Amino acid sequence: MSEVLVLVDHADGAVKKPTLELLAIAKRLGEPSAVFIGGADKADAVADAVKGYGAEKVYVVDDAEIKGFLVAPKAEVLQQIAAQASPAAILISSNAEGKEIAGRLAVKLESGLITDAVDVQAGPETTQSVFAGSYTVKAKVTQGTPVITVKPNAATPEEGAGAGAVEQFSATISESAKKAQIVASQPRESSGRPELTEAAIVVSGGRGTGGDFAPIENLADALGGAVGASRAAVDSGWLPHTYQVGQTGKVVSPQLYIAAGISGAIQHRAGMQTSKTIVAVNKDEEAPIFELVDFGVVGDLHTVLPAATEQVTARKG
Amino acid sequence: MKIVVCVKYVPDASADQKFESDLTVDRAAVPGLLSELDEYAVEQSLQIKEKSENPDDVEVVALSIGPAEAADAVRKALQMGADSGILVSDDSIAGSDALATSKVLAAAVQKVGDADLVVCGMASTDGGMSVVPAMLAERLDLPQVTLGSVVEFQGDQFRIKRDGDVATEIIGATAPLVLSVTDQSGEARYPSFKGIMAAKKKPLDTWSLGDVGVDAGEVGLSAAWTSVESADARPPRTQGEIVTDEGGSGANALVEFLASKKFI
Repeated sequence: MSEVLVLVDHADGAVKKPTLELLAIAKRLGEPSAVFIGGADKADAVADAVKGYGAEKVYVVDDAEIKGFLVAPKAEVLQQIAAQASPAAILISSNAEGKEIAGRLAVKLESGLITDAVDVQAGPETTQSVFAGSYTVKAKVTQGTPVITVKPNAATPEEGAGAGAVEQFSATISESAKKAQIVASQPRESSGRPELTEAAIVVSGGRGTGGDFAPIENLADALGGAVGASRAAVDSGWLPHTYQVGQTGKVVSPQLYIAAGISGAIQHRAGMQTSKTIVAVNKDEEAPIFELVDFGVVGDLHTVLPAATEQVTARKG
Repeated sequence: MKIVVCVKYVPDASADQKFESDLTVDRAAVPGLLSELDEYAVEQSLQIKEKSENPDDVEVVALSIGPAEAADAVRKALQMGADSGILVSDDSIAGSDALATSKVLAAAVQKVGDADLVVCGMASTDGGMSVVPAMLAERLDLPQVTLGSVVEFQGDQFRIKRDGDVATEIIGATAPLVLSVTDQSGEARYPSFKGIMAAKKKPLDTWSLGDVGVDAGEVGLSAAWTSVESADARPPRTQGEIVTDEGGSGANALVEFLASKKFI
């Protein structure tokens, strides 16, 4: 069986959940090989983590020389590993960085590229959700090595040990790949909540919060979910843009999406329409968001949410 | 300084979008316009021109690929203040994927020549892959400085602020480079009456594929490196139960619903 390369998405050696999902998908297509580009001191921990989810091989690329140079060097690394391994496919997380790496890689490999897959089956045949979630498209790559970026929650991580054979890979990075760099970085304060695009539960607030997000945050915390916001709430300056769910923000597809005080404009729907279960709380019974919901409450979020939060906390005891 | 700003003519996102029988986007069914997200790219290009030491020495060229109607998108950029426009239009381009699109764009940028900046929006409002800026940088062998919410420059040194998921970063590079900006970079200006009148006199050239030196066999649906097997309308969501809150009944019903779905 051919190798299937999975680029490990990690925060300083902590492997992110979507990478484990990619390994589960890779098993359907061939033999999963993880590619870790990062600090040499983190390699053992990363190799252990991906091995536990089926990685047969782990390519370790020390990033000492390329750290801070963004995506161009990573595309070169993948190109060089692909030249050696002739993989059946290359899977990358569908976030901003992952898509840029994939774009450059597809040009280098002269290969077809599919982004934002919500499912990948043998073939590989991908499923994408397009036009604000109103169409489902199935597609295949017809040229070269399929380069596919996959959205979070597209598969369930599968535990099960792979061989996890570590191969130190030394890549040759061109000078022109090192021309754009991070000159300063201010880490975002951790909210302690799950990442918005990866969370199983998302509670979002909109204009109806009036700027008071405490009811939203408290319910999210009681449910163990992430906090999101509509464009109206972000444009009002109530929360930073990184919280925005919608066409120009994050596109989420959690198990449960709760929209509170959000009317449901097309721009917002585009970011949450494919959620498994949708719940809305809104004072306006005419709000278009109610057309989408599995369950809706016509009422004031400032009374409904705190009362619900109290009951959820009590039940979880 | 020469700035090439890439603008896409897209179907209006507020209209119902459909596929044609060959599984390409039905671009005739829906009125088109300049992609909203590319207006931010035009705006930042104009601001760079206005903030530079000699604005008169800075030329902003709006570049688009598309059918003849895509000239509307270029014209909108001219009305906003771009100095000249180019539309690469050729029947064989229809159905091109992002790889072919970036190839034609790169060839057009090279024909324009001596571009110090290639500016793009963060994504198109139709395809929405967000990969063309990275592909352009790869093809043109230029540094990419993408997804900026703030753009600053001094001479040929550019810096952007990018609000990432885990950190806010400042990214720097020396021109020539590929720059992309988000919808957080600042409201795009509306064309003024004066701008609309002035645009009528600005040059708007149409180039064929041959003009930019790309072979027709390398673009279009038949040359795409991906194939769409099926495109099905998602079944509309059926509306579930809606209750009206009266004295706490809403919260009770909500919690019962969440418990019934095993979320608690």
